[in-house]
Amino acid sequence: MMRFLFTALMTVLATAALSAQHGYTRAEVENGARLFQASCATCHGPKGDMVRGVALLGGQFRRANSDEELVKIILEGIPGTSMPPNSYSPLEAGMIVAYMRGIAAGDSVVVASGDVARGKALFDGKGKCATCHNPESRMAPSLADVGTLRRPLELEESILDPSADLHPDYRFVRAVIKSGAVVTGRLLNQSTFSVQILDSAQNLRAFNKADLREFVINQTSEMPSYRGALDTQEVADLVTYLTTLRGRR
Amino acid sequence: MTLRLLAFMLAASATLGGQVSFDRILRAPSEPQNWLTYSGNLQGHRHSPLTQVTPANVRNLELAWAFQALSLEKFEATPLALDGVLFTVQPPNDVVALDGASGRTFWTYTYRPSQQARPCCGRVNRGLAILGDSLFMGTIDGHLVALDTRSGREQWNVAVKGARPEAGYAFTVAPLIVKDKIIAGPAGGDFGVRGFIAAFDPKTGKELWRFDTIPGPGEKGHETWAGDSWKNGGSTVWTTGSYDPELNLMYWGTGNPGPDFSGDQRAGDNLYSNSVVALDPETGVMKWYFQFTPHDLFDYDSTQVPVLADIDYQGRMRKVMLWANRNGFWYVLDRTTGEFLSGKPFAKVTWTTGLDSKGRPQNVVKTTAEGNRVYPHLAGATNWYSPSYSPRTGLFYVPSWQDGSAIFANRPAEYIEGRSFLGTFPTGNELSINGTQSNRRLPSGGHGAVLALDPRTGEKKWEFTMADVTDAGILTTATDLLFSGGREGFFYALDARSGQLLWKAPVAGIVQAAPMSYGINGRQYVAIAAGNSLYAYTLRQ
Repeated sequence: MMRFLFTALMTVLATAALSAQHGYTRAEVENGARLFQASCATCHGPKGDMVRGVALLGGQFRRANSDEELVKIILEGIPGTSMPPNSYSPLEAGMIVAYMRGIAAGDSVVVASGDVARGKALFDGKGKCATCHNPESRMAPSLADVGTLRRPLELEESILDPSADLHPDYRFVRAVIKSGAVVTGRLLNQSTFSVQILDSAQNLRAFNKADLREFVINQTSEMPSYRGALDTQEVADLVTYLTTLRGRR
Repeated sequence: MTLRLLAFMLAASATLGGQVSFDRILRAPSEPQNWLTYSGNLQGHRHSPLTQVTPANVRNLELAWAFQALSLEKFEATPLALDGVLFTVQPPNDVVALDGASGRTFWTYTYRPSQQARPCCGRVNRGLAILGDSLFMGTIDGHLVALDTRSGREQWNVAVKGARPEAGYAFTVAPLIVKDKIIAGPAGGDFGVRGFIAAFDPKTGKELWRFDTIPGPGEKGHETWAGDSWKNGGSTVWTTGSYDPELNLMYWGTGNPGPDFSGDQRAGDNLYSNSVVALDPETGVMKWYFQFTPHDLFDYDSTQVPVLADIDYQGRMRKVMLWANRNGFWYVLDRTTGEFLSGKPFAKVTWTTGLDSKGRPQNVVKTTAEGNRVYPHLAGATNWYSPSYSPRTGLFYVPSWQDGSAIFANRPAEYIEGRSFLGTFPTGNELSINGTQSNRRLPSGGHGAVLALDPRTGEKKWEFTMADVTDAGILTTATDLLFSGGREGFFYALDARSGQLLWKAPVAGIVQAAPMSYGINGRQYVAIAAGNSLYAYTLRQ
């Protein structure tokens, strides 16, 4: 446990140092990771090294030195090459840069002291994680590649205190319609005039806000806290297992 | 002028029919069916005197036509309307003349800007100016062109001196006509250009005078820039100014000093960045200035339309200027002298603790290399989005971003010609910069609003809250209607007195332009660009 904590602490320190250097928050680096994996990795590969002569996660670039130059390349592409322009905002491109810089700085080196096999058993068994976090689920995020997106400390935090850093994609709403019936579900989208949700029966539903008696976006997670339900070793095992989930490779 | 000459001139102008004299521009409200300047009048009101559409019948507005631009760039232009014809800019720099009743095209002028052009924030254009038989457009590659209103034929095309596209100079502003001059200036404040406002001859495009928004060596204000920082200090104009014919002064808002977020290398107040400058239109000589954000570290451009109003201010009629600034304060200035009369926050503001009796911000956050979270957001509490002033309600209407913040870091930037000269780009909260199709934010995560502000009392009269932020300008009408839109793809009408929603229409794309209104054959139309289209609405027959 000490070793795990130490590793986790080192990770946090590395992240803090990175943030200090480049002015990115942890959430933004994480978001950059998601964007990177969703877009850049399509051609550059998950480790950023599948285009010949380019190592996106190596920290050295032939055509750019500053973050701003990297952002420019991400947004505008490189004419005459297969690197296309991208429709990201400068902010999003900056997050991708933050992620690339972070990996290059050794930010995501993951060493945890838990046991993968025990963690998997907890995930499928006692923890009942797969009840919601399964590939078919629409109400909870898939964890198939969570190991590439989250560091151990963040995984631990999500298990013990799920509401601490609630992702906007998994906010739930409570609405009271005209008949007085209560509808709950996952917030998919909203505008000034309407709201779109996936209700608890997994139906896509939309409402005019003017027709609702009540409408609240919950600020707490639907996921229960495992604090007390799992002991520290079990949490470490689970975290270790989760860090091995790195999608299809 | 002899009476005979006057009579001849009147007769001549009658024969010429469509010719737009400056006198017509001055008296724009007397021909409410037309829309002859970016803001509808020279005072920046964006207020239509047309009265056919009212709060009682606005629910019967329906789409008359839609014009689909052959462009995927942001559509930010406000059309001009002259005798039934609309003139607008299909981005980046194509000009189209449309039948205002059907939306069908009379002619298209195609302009291919240099590939060297590098406007910071999209290949955009905000509109045209008209005088005589000519339309005038600034281009994103530093040119100014004049076109024949009837044919779209190019009358002249000049490369503005020093406005080199490869260095980042780009005209995106709709020019302003004052008397016999075209007034415009280039954007490029994020590329380390040196801003200016210049006057041009409508007949030839020849430059007549130039006001450098950053004083050169030996000029007053030059000392507010450390070392050579003045050479790349930005301070550009990209939103159309206003003009007061009685004072014979025109007013322009200037943009951020460069590098935007790296302040240490440009120690000083950085005049005349983030200011309003009052210029003599004959000579370009500055009469006064007021700097809203000295030594800006947050990209709080003061590129808003100056709104000129004559109001009873604390018991006395005053010629004032109303200005809701990107920095989160809204100001009332005396426009004769530039005297600061009041300044109040209209959004959450943490970059300063407040303004002193001269309007200067106090205890400004000194950003560090690590970064500081500051309100308002990088995009500001408002931005270039046109506000409106209704002489009927006496209210000042402002599109705003509420509860937005960003983390600003102060780190050195190196100037390399043609490259962004910003420093470290700030990171924001959940607010999207370019808009996304899904909004899962909490209300506290930032949202848009239309605010109705009372310049006499300084109070907010009402607020119309949106779920997403807004880049849409505002139009008010003489029937107390207010039109606006936002990121969510709606165009809507509010009661300008109460803020109550009266009508809305889906427009399929983000509204990042301002509405205008015009009339043809006794019918009133309201037009708005949204997504990649221009839409015109009129009452159901």
